[in-house]
Amino acid sequence: MTTHAEAPVANRNATGRSRGRWFTQVGWRHLVGALAVAFSLFPILFVISAALNPLGTLSSTELLPTGASFENFANLFSETAFAHWFLNSLLLAGVASFASIFLSALAAYAFSRMRFAGRRVGLLTLLLIQMFPQFLAIVAIFLIFTTVTDLWPSIGFNTPWGLFLLYMGGALGANTWLMKGFFDTLPKELDESATMDGASHAQVFFRIMLPLVAPILAVTGLLAFIGSINEFILANVFLTNTNSKTLAVGMFGLVAGERNNNFGIFAAGTLLTAIPTVLVFQLLQRYIVSGLTSGAVKG
Amino acid sequence: MSASLSGPGSATQTPGREPARSGLPRKSRDARYHAPITLTGLVVKVVLLGLVAGIAIWAAFPLIEAKYWVGLAILLATTAGLFYLYLTPQHIPAKYLIPGTIFLIVFQVFPVLYTASTAFTNFGDGHRGDKSDAIVAIQSSSVKQVPGSAQYPLSVATKGDPTTGPLVFLVTDPKSGTVSIGDADGLKALDAGQVTVAPGGKVTAAEGYTILNFGQASARSKDITDLVVPTSGGALRSSGLSRAYEGTAVRAYDEGCDCIKDSESGKIWTADESVGSFVAPDGERLAQGWKVNVGLENFSRVLTDPNISGPFFGTLVWNFAFAIGSTGFTFLLGMGIALALHSPRMRGTNLYRMVLILPYAMPSFAMLLVWRDMFNTDFGLVNNLFGLGVDWFGEAWSARLAVLLVQLWLGYPYMFLVATGALQAIPRELTEATSVDGATPFQSFKAVTLPLLLVAISPLLIASFAYNFNNINAIWFTTEGGPFPADNPRSGATDLLITYTYRLAFGAQGAEYGLAATVSIFIFAIVAVVSAISFSRTRRQEEVYS
Repeated sequence: MTTHAEAPVANRNATGRSRGRWFTQVGWRHLVGALAVAFSLFPILFVISAALNPLGTLSSTELLPTGASFENFANLFSETAFAHWFLNSLLLAGVASFASIFLSALAAYAFSRMRFAGRRVGLLTLLLIQMFPQFLAIVAIFLIFTTVTDLWPSIGFNTPWGLFLLYMGGALGANTWLMKGFFDTLPKELDESATMDGASHAQVFFRIMLPLVAPILAVTGLLAFIGSINEFILANVFLTNTNSKTLAVGMFGLVAGERNNNFGIFAAGTLLTAIPTVLVFQLLQRYIVSGLTSGAVKG
Repeated sequence: MSASLSGPGSATQTPGREPARSGLPRKSRDARYHAPITLTGLVVKVVLLGLVAGIAIWAAFPLIEAKYWVGLAILLATTAGLFYLYLTPQHIPAKYLIPGTIFLIVFQVFPVLYTASTAFTNFGDGHRGDKSDAIVAIQSSSVKQVPGSAQYPLSVATKGDPTTGPLVFLVTDPKSGTVSIGDADGLKALDAGQVTVAPGGKVTAAEGYTILNFGQASARSKDITDLVVPTSGGALRSSGLSRAYEGTAVRAYDEGCDCIKDSESGKIWTADESVGSFVAPDGERLAQGWKVNVGLENFSRVLTDPNISGPFFGTLVWNFAFAIGSTGFTFLLGMGIALALHSPRMRGTNLYRMVLILPYAMPSFAMLLVWRDMFNTDFGLVNNLFGLGVDWFGEAWSARLAVLLVQLWLGYPYMFLVATGALQAIPRELTEATSVDGATPFQSFKAVTLPLLLVAISPLLIASFAYNFNNINAIWFTTEGGPFPADNPRSGATDLLITYTYRLAFGAQGAEYGLAATVSIFIFAIVAVVSAISFSRTRRQEEVYS
């Protein structure tokens, strides 16, 4: 810290006093920050330590790494279908979050910029439907997809497409309200002037509105991506073949029965799963800070 | 949603004329219609509609093959509707709403309505199919091996995963050598070309199926013993892992009295349509019943049956405490840290922020499982680190505390990010003005910063509350609802309504979908009311109702 250099006088007493002042003004903030960092990091440190632990069991894992062996990572790939799960999860979450953001952006544009009969009812219906937990309908979903699997096996059980379609069902409910809030913050004059210049409604949407909300779309997309990666309940019913599982389903299977012995492998998998999300998060955190609240103020 | 677009008065309007609507100036509507169609727009439209047509044709063939005429009609109507919608210049809002709405209706509204309708039935284990299914099940499960029963070489196979997939029997008729495939629906002959038969008559390979080897089969011996394949004379059952016998049914359905008769004991069970079961005069019910409407019985059970209503209200209280606690603690901690780091003299805030949001960026399903193991009594990190021997998930209050602590860790970075964003948006002049007027930092926080912060964050707090109210992962991956009181294995101390319902519907104690659907309607009503109240308080700046 450069505070000492900024201390006004070189007098010994003054230095002591300014050190005290430094603490009441800035220092305690660093103390709070350091405590928070410790709280945030210790479970993650534990996971790293478990992943590097050559014994690979929960009981032998300490908070700080006791060894540095990559055996768990090697076992992860040789003993489980982790590469398949990883790819399934990335593809499914990537495609599903992109498509669902696009669908809800379309709907949010209509709700924000157009006035039509049924607009208010539509918005309230979305809000209501969103409150019904989708996975409680899992019995019905199971019965529907049993028929679908008979008719079209390529979008039935154990296929990423079937699960993708199912996630699309939740697309409108989850994000339309949030995104309508973002569209509402853009001044109406922007698209009205474009319309006067002869732009069609599609051009207004794709050329003017979408570029302006792009950073916020990226944030919403990221949250949707993380949501799909973590989705377990529906995927668990849907994907039973080892190779078609997603990370959440596959890795839950690793520690569901054998809690102690597979812990090292599980921790290694957790670290690898975290890499894509943490990277994207660090890139987008600036937008998260400004984006979520600006949309939230308007609803 | 497209139906509501035409509005109530549209039928009386002259076709082809613009319905005059308020809200949007007429001039701009006309301008939109007369905008020239660009080449890119046209190409995209043609490609997308071509794709729709292609998918429709692909989807139509299996429907025709299966003679699903209703499905085909819906498919054709939807496709025609889409073509009309995107070729006409009218109905602009519908062009943007329909794509998402189609998915919403098929994969969310329809399943939800279906689920809601099961709340009025006794659908569940023992009451799955219709009456004829129940009769078949009763007859075939009463099958016994009698002297002279036909014996068949048996192979057990599955189409799916050998450890979990649904099982089928592959049996060879010793006389004719034909191979048949049997499951709970009945027996079907297979083409000789599709299977490989070993000299003893045992099937060693079948197209499209995985034959279970001895180890896999013995691991699933209970499933194999339970599998009964109905046949014309009785049913096929396994005897051991490589032989099957065709036994005769002891119990048979008699249409005259609408009852089941047991030919050995002579006992009679008469069909009772109000409960969907066969009931004997002494009150004994056969396990296999059928699905019937029970009206509001499930609802009154939830409210009055002491075995259900007691835990239900206890769970409801904890559910509120959990949702409020998860939201409140994460908000307080997140805001506290955001306030501490929000100072112009503070260096390295970006570094702090990068590290602090790590819990939020880690995959939460995995971290929940890690936390579960950190709270492990014997070799968990928490006990090791602090030298404790607490059975965290064994006591009700420590389990609740642990769950809330995990939620705090997972959720506070989000609140920290949001609060930081909101703090940055508050003009510094406001707090400076209060300090010039002589307010202490705490007074200025209470009078200026906090109210402004809450305005910005309260919609997110409501959303967080609604999310945590139904946060099944947080409980299912850690305590699984436990610890359970000794006298009631259905409802544990950390159960949320949603995990309680999930266990009702899919638990090991026998599925009660009807009751589970009823509870989910209650959950829906509770969340809807709470959200409606809180939204109506914060909605003032909204223009939803404009």
